[in-house]
Amino acid sequence: MTPHILTRSLDRAATAFVLLVAAVGVLIPLSNLLLPQGSMFQVPTYLVALWGKYVCYAILALSIDLIWGYCGILSLGHGAFFALGGYAMGMYLMRQIGSRGVYGNSILPDFMVFLNWDKLPWYWYGFDKFWVAALMVLLVPGLLAFCFGWLAFRSRVTGVYLSIITQAMTYALLLAFFRNDFGFGGNNGLTDFKDILGFNVQAEGTRAALFLLSCLALIIAFVICRAIVTSKLGKVLIAVRDAESRTRFLGYRVESYKLFVFTLSACMAGVAGALYVPQVGIINPSEFAPGNSIEAVIWVAVGGRGTLIGAALGAVVVNYAKTFFTSGPLAPYWLFMLGALFILVTLLLPRGIVGTFNSWWEPIRARRSSPDAESAAREDGVGAPNLAE
Amino acid sequence: MPALAGPFEDSVAKFANDEFSDTEAAIGEVAASGNALASPIIAALQDGRLSADPDSKKVFITQADGKIVDAATGAAVDKLPDSAAAVRLNNRLRRTVDAALGGLTLLSPDPAKRLAAAQSVFKSHEENLLPTVEGALAKESVKSIKQAFAEARAAVILFKPDASDSDKLDAVAVVKARGDQEALALLTGLGDQPPLVAKAAATAVASIQSSLAMWSMVQNAWYGLSLGSVLLLAAIGLAITFGVMGVINMAHGEMVMLGAYTTFVVQEVIRTRYPALFDYSLLIAVPLAFLVAGLIGVVIERTIIRFLYGRPLETLLATWGLSLVLQQAVRTAFGPTNREVGNPSWMSGAFELGQITITYNRLWILCFTLAVFAILLAMLRYTALGLEMRAVTQNRRMAASMGIATSRVDALTFGLGSGIAGIAGVALSQIDNVSPNLGQSYIIDSFMVVVFGGVGNLWGTLVGAFTLGIANKFLEPVAGAVLGKIAILVLIILFIQKRPRGLFALKGRAVEA
Repeated sequence: MTPHILTRSLDRAATAFVLLVAAVGVLIPLSNLLLPQGSMFQVPTYLVALWGKYVCYAILALSIDLIWGYCGILSLGHGAFFALGGYAMGMYLMRQIGSRGVYGNSILPDFMVFLNWDKLPWYWYGFDKFWVAALMVLLVPGLLAFCFGWLAFRSRVTGVYLSIITQAMTYALLLAFFRNDFGFGGNNGLTDFKDILGFNVQAEGTRAALFLLSCLALIIAFVICRAIVTSKLGKVLIAVRDAESRTRFLGYRVESYKLFVFTLSACMAGVAGALYVPQVGIINPSEFAPGNSIEAVIWVAVGGRGTLIGAALGAVVVNYAKTFFTSGPLAPYWLFMLGALFILVTLLLPRGIVGTFNSWWEPIRARRSSPDAESAAREDGVGAPNLAE
Repeated sequence: MPALAGPFEDSVAKFANDEFSDTEAAIGEVAASGNALASPIIAALQDGRLSADPDSKKVFITQADGKIVDAATGAAVDKLPDSAAAVRLNNRLRRTVDAALGGLTLLSPDPAKRLAAAQSVFKSHEENLLPTVEGALAKESVKSIKQAFAEARAAVILFKPDASDSDKLDAVAVVKARGDQEALALLTGLGDQPPLVAKAAATAVASIQSSLAMWSMVQNAWYGLSLGSVLLLAAIGLAITFGVMGVINMAHGEMVMLGAYTTFVVQEVIRTRYPALFDYSLLIAVPLAFLVAGLIGVVIERTIIRFLYGRPLETLLATWGLSLVLQQAVRTAFGPTNREVGNPSWMSGAFELGQITITYNRLWILCFTLAVFAILLAMLRYTALGLEMRAVTQNRRMAASMGIATSRVDALTFGLGSGIAGIAGVALSQIDNVSPNLGQSYIIDSFMVVVFGGVGNLWGTLVGAFTLGIANKFLEPVAGAVLGKIAILVLIILFIQKRPRGLFALKGRAVEA
């Protein structure tokens, strides 16, 4: 039997994860749309949008785990790719407003009329078509990551240096997008969206469809990541993570591997941002804040670096906790909790939730299963990252 | 119209006509009258305390203490007539008023007022003030004021149509020697002049422009040095911890913030208990801030960072979490708003150097930064701890084999770096808002400085800080503050590609895993 890429990449846990996301992606919209309002099992629309947001964060976390967990690249600027994808989608949504804006200008978005611009800047051309925007969602973050990575990896900028310059990148973008004359709405960003592909963004049906799409995107992203990390390419990536110089001396072009996975990860982050914007209804420069990117990294650390499922789980758990605590009387203490989470997870739970669970479960499973399965598991080669790098 | 006694009264009555042209004439005539009431009238006009009754053509001054006098006679009046209204001014008239007041105060016994008056005449170059200016010039004994009078006289002569060419040429030379923005404005606004004078003025303009350009360079360089000193102060502690321990301390900015809040607490105690000591508050705050931040640093090292050695990226995350906790703790303890930290008297004010203004607080911070740098350098060079720190930086394992207690060195190094951040907080409290977010605004810049300068080399940090500071300030006028900053960030990102270990990298043959 030839090992098909899907059967190889989807082990039992991964299949369970895919099925779980698919079930959530179908059941939540169905319960929202079909069950009568007020019913015990009916999910209110605001929750659909909120969980949609979490799913987008989970995709972002996956993209970070792919490069950090499997290739050792700690990007503290992944929020920038997320926000760029979001802006590309936001620009499409702005153009869809048409003449329903406050100023009733059918071509120019409100903020441009407000700034007395008489025509659309060239980089806004084409964003009235969905396919252009969708292309840009992938292309802009991908291109930026490619250029940035090409420069950085070629000159062997690694470790904390790379982290710091990715942070500088997102900080520079933050400053740039805050400027009014940059043409992206300045401080206020892009908001007040009306339609997406002709459907009202506020409508329940659209929200449900967006949620389903986000779950679908999460599944696709997860399968792609799994396919990569279980392939030969993935093994090289892990080698780079654990011993970069040694891998280079063995004859691998380390920078090409890193560049590929970094660019792919940026595209994934861009898609996450693009799905995030219509569900949240706004995109503004604060998405570029370095703090956001660092927070996304901690989701991965909480869930378990180098486990993929853990990254997605961590994003949902941390953000659920954030929503829970910031909306209650404990709100002033949320930053204490988030800070303590950063410290405690790195100190006490360096493998994260899923990693710790795995290290506790693996021996039990190994004892129970046949020697065959055990060697197959090792063959997989996707272990937890070597923490003493 | 009631019969009036003399020309002064006639002039004053013109204020009541409610016509700008009449008001202007009245100002000129009153100022030139030499009457003792002239100065109060013009001053009242400037402050809007001069009212006029259009029916009786009488003009009144409401004095500062609320009493009302008749402007023409100085006699006290019970109350303003109902029809009286304040004499109106427009912008042109306001300038005339300023100039008239200038003329009136040219002979004031107060030197500061005389100087101000001379400056105002220089700007207004009111022709009818020439005799007064010349009189004042002859009598003046203070050198700087005499100079100001000479410049004022030159300005008046330049705008006097019937002045001789040679007088005007002398005047151009005087104005050229003044050489500032106002001199430039005066010369470029000359209008029609005899050809000889026009030519001299043109050369003078060119020479002033080039000297001003030079001074603006000097100004930018000074601003750059000042910004550089702030960056250096914020980054120097980071350079130590990063250089020696390879630890990126994201909570470094919060140490700076704690130092600033220590200053705030010290000042609060001094204000309530020993107000006389206020000028010494910073001197008291510096060692305290060092201790507070240093101790917290040692505690952080012992409880968190110690367990994360060899895992720099995890350290980064843990210290980021720590920075959130510290920020929120300060926010809970001191409130989210800015707290007031005062400047001691020796740090407030400014002085002029050529064409630029230098504020004392910036100058002191520059000196302070260099002093801290020098002390730190000496400490690394001449003390036992410094020697051990350098040994650990260069080769941790070898140092350990030679019997250096590396973990003790680590704790002390981290304490030292944090303590210096605390000191930086004392200095920064003088020029920045003391709020829980204070540290956040410096952390990225500090990283840039350290990464740009190169790790493990304090001179690199020095060069990095001043280079970035000066480059930033020279880019600002060209590109604007935000674009300049973006340009700097992009340049650093590109620079790191060229020299991944910074400007002054430690040389070594080690290959990273």
